[in-house]
Amino acid sequence: MLTIENLHANVGEKPILKGLNLHINPGEVHAVMGPNGAGKSTLSHVLSGKSGYDVTEGSVIYQGNNLLELEPEMRAREGVFLAFQYPVEIPGVSNIYLLKAALNAMRKHQGLGEVDAMDFLMLVKDKIKLLQMDEKFLYRAVNEGFSGGEKKRNEILQAAVLEPKLCILDETDSGLDIDALKIVADGVNSLRSAERSFLMITHYQRLLDYIKPDFVHVLAHGKIVKSGGPELALELEEKGYSWVEEQAA
Amino acid sequence: MSNDQAVSQYLAEYPASSASLPGQTLPWLQQFRKQALACFSTHGFPDIRQEEWRYTNVSAIEKKRFKPFTSTAQGLTNIDSHVLDELVLQDMWTVVLVNGQFVAEHSRLEGVPPGVIICSMSQALEDNPEQVQAQLGQAVSDDEHGFIAFNSAWFSEGLYVHVPANTVLEKPLQVVHYFDDADALLALRNVYHVDESAEASIVETFAGAAQAYFSVNVTEAVLAENASLSVTQIQTASDKAYHFAGCYAKQAANSRFRHDNFAFGGLLARNEIHTQLFKAAECELNGLYLGNKRQHIDNHTRINHLEAHAISRELYKGVLAQRARGVFQGRVIVAEDAQKTDSEMNNRNLLLSEDAEADTKPQLEIYADDVKCAHGVTVGQLDEKSVFYLQSRCMSEEQARNMLTFAFANEMVNKIKHKSLHDFVLKQLLQRFPQQGVEAAWL
Repeated sequence: MLTIENLHANVGEKPILKGLNLHINPGEVHAVMGPNGAGKSTLSHVLSGKSGYDVTEGSVIYQGNNLLELEPEMRAREGVFLAFQYPVEIPGVSNIYLLKAALNAMRKHQGLGEVDAMDFLMLVKDKIKLLQMDEKFLYRAVNEGFSGGEKKRNEILQAAVLEPKLCILDETDSGLDIDALKIVADGVNSLRSAERSFLMITHYQRLLDYIKPDFVHVLAHGKIVKSGGPELALELEEKGYSWVEEQAA
Repeated sequence: MSNDQAVSQYLAEYPASSASLPGQTLPWLQQFRKQALACFSTHGFPDIRQEEWRYTNVSAIEKKRFKPFTSTAQGLTNIDSHVLDELVLQDMWTVVLVNGQFVAEHSRLEGVPPGVIICSMSQALEDNPEQVQAQLGQAVSDDEHGFIAFNSAWFSEGLYVHVPANTVLEKPLQVVHYFDDADALLALRNVYHVDESAEASIVETFAGAAQAYFSVNVTEAVLAENASLSVTQIQTASDKAYHFAGCYAKQAANSRFRHDNFAFGGLLARNEIHTQLFKAAECELNGLYLGNKRQHIDNHTRINHLEAHAISRELYKGVLAQRARGVFQGRVIVAEDAQKTDSEMNNRNLLLSEDAEADTKPQLEIYADDVKCAHGVTVGQLDEKSVFYLQSRCMSEEQARNMLTFAFANEMVNKIKHKSLHDFVLKQLLQRFPQQGVEAAWL
């Protein structure tokens, strides 16, 4: 699904990622954890194509193609979905329109016709229940005036409608109380399948109590310094990040 | 120089054209026009050396030598009636003026409450001259600038509305102005007089065929105590047209005035919305100007807080593409006695090309010491975070930018609550939006 090799990325002159390697197979859930400033958000931004980052070395191969050559929208249409840490408010554009336009853009890319209006409404109403959101959210402007928890739920709703192949969750648990976290986690878990992979980027172990990863990686100083199973997360929770950083150094 | 020449020529032609202006038998009106003419003769047309005209050069108007109204002017001769049907909102009362002339057969005023007067200015001068006399020149003075004086001297028609005390017009009145007389100069004078505790909503649509014409509209809106008036201007004049429209409100205590200004058309358009607020009066001024090609759209607002406890809210947004130029000058004046004034003024501009220009100048003049006045101005491009967000949701960059630009403009359309009016404004916006592929379904 995704192979990242020796990835180096700079912001301006400053190197942030310094030789990152990561391999994700279909259906796997990977958690990348790390202290602040380790390069976690940079990783999600580079993968989704946000401007402002220079990749100076290395490669990212997604389904056999060079992901880094694609425009952000082409990555999205190819099935890479980024759930934002800070979802953007888009006043004046309704939530349901964005969902429909995004789905149709993706379908067009796949050579399919536009989704039938009634089918679409049924689909969205089905998915919105999953996230325990009120239907009125569909008709509000995208994220405008949403609470932190509502914004994160809305991100997962978009993922549920678009059915991506690779779902990158950037700090999806930050700013959520435990009830909201459970709802978001249930939504994510319902999306898990043998073909769909997840890359969860998180600072806290708490999320992993609700979304069980297959692999846990520690990102420090721009590289993966340690990888393991779910037990690694518990160890990190107990001991903090410093011991891994020391080991790596 | 050309200013002087143009002024002299208009003055020389005045005696010939004035004979066909309404109100010939009213000495007070003859006097009113004579004073205005003297004022115009002294000041001429506005000049960029005047602070309030520094961003708008009207010399093209002077060079153009438009033909002022004469009795032989073209009326509703060859207008396709479905051109008007496109402009008329069915759930409102309608007054239609074509080339500045009242067209009875297209106007519909059935069911207007008793006591309410809605008629052409020439009719009002015949039927109710004292009432017109009492209002004319109340809310704006000829000294303001040359176009006002010109209008006072030359106005040939207009709309007169009087809503008596405690009367509520339960549906809006639409005034449809349509122009297709090449090189015509039409000076129209309107009075909207809303008496104590009365309410009215007036929609002004300005449209025209693709010919150069110049319409000079001056509206005096007089609100008595506790009156409420909403004026919506939708200007989709032809792209060769010159448009001046000034709406001057005088708001007695506790009155509420709202003005929504959609300035989409014209080669050169200048809008003025001025209001004087007496005790605890409220005003809300909204504007959206959309400039394309080489359009120049100037919005000049002045909110004069004369007494205490008045509230003013103002939001103007501009979207400027290609070589268009948008101007916003917003002045808020708080008099010494206007304590507890609460005022907010904002102007936001999006520039879609490197050649587009926005000139914005908010001005606060505060002479009272216990007031709350805020203002903000932005000129810029779209938020790149939002563009990326939409791209990450499968939208192309172009589509993302179009959506965000349209959403920015649409905020002003969404302030319109009357459904048919909202849909009409939205349709005009979609038709004239500078970007391709913009859809109403986004909203």
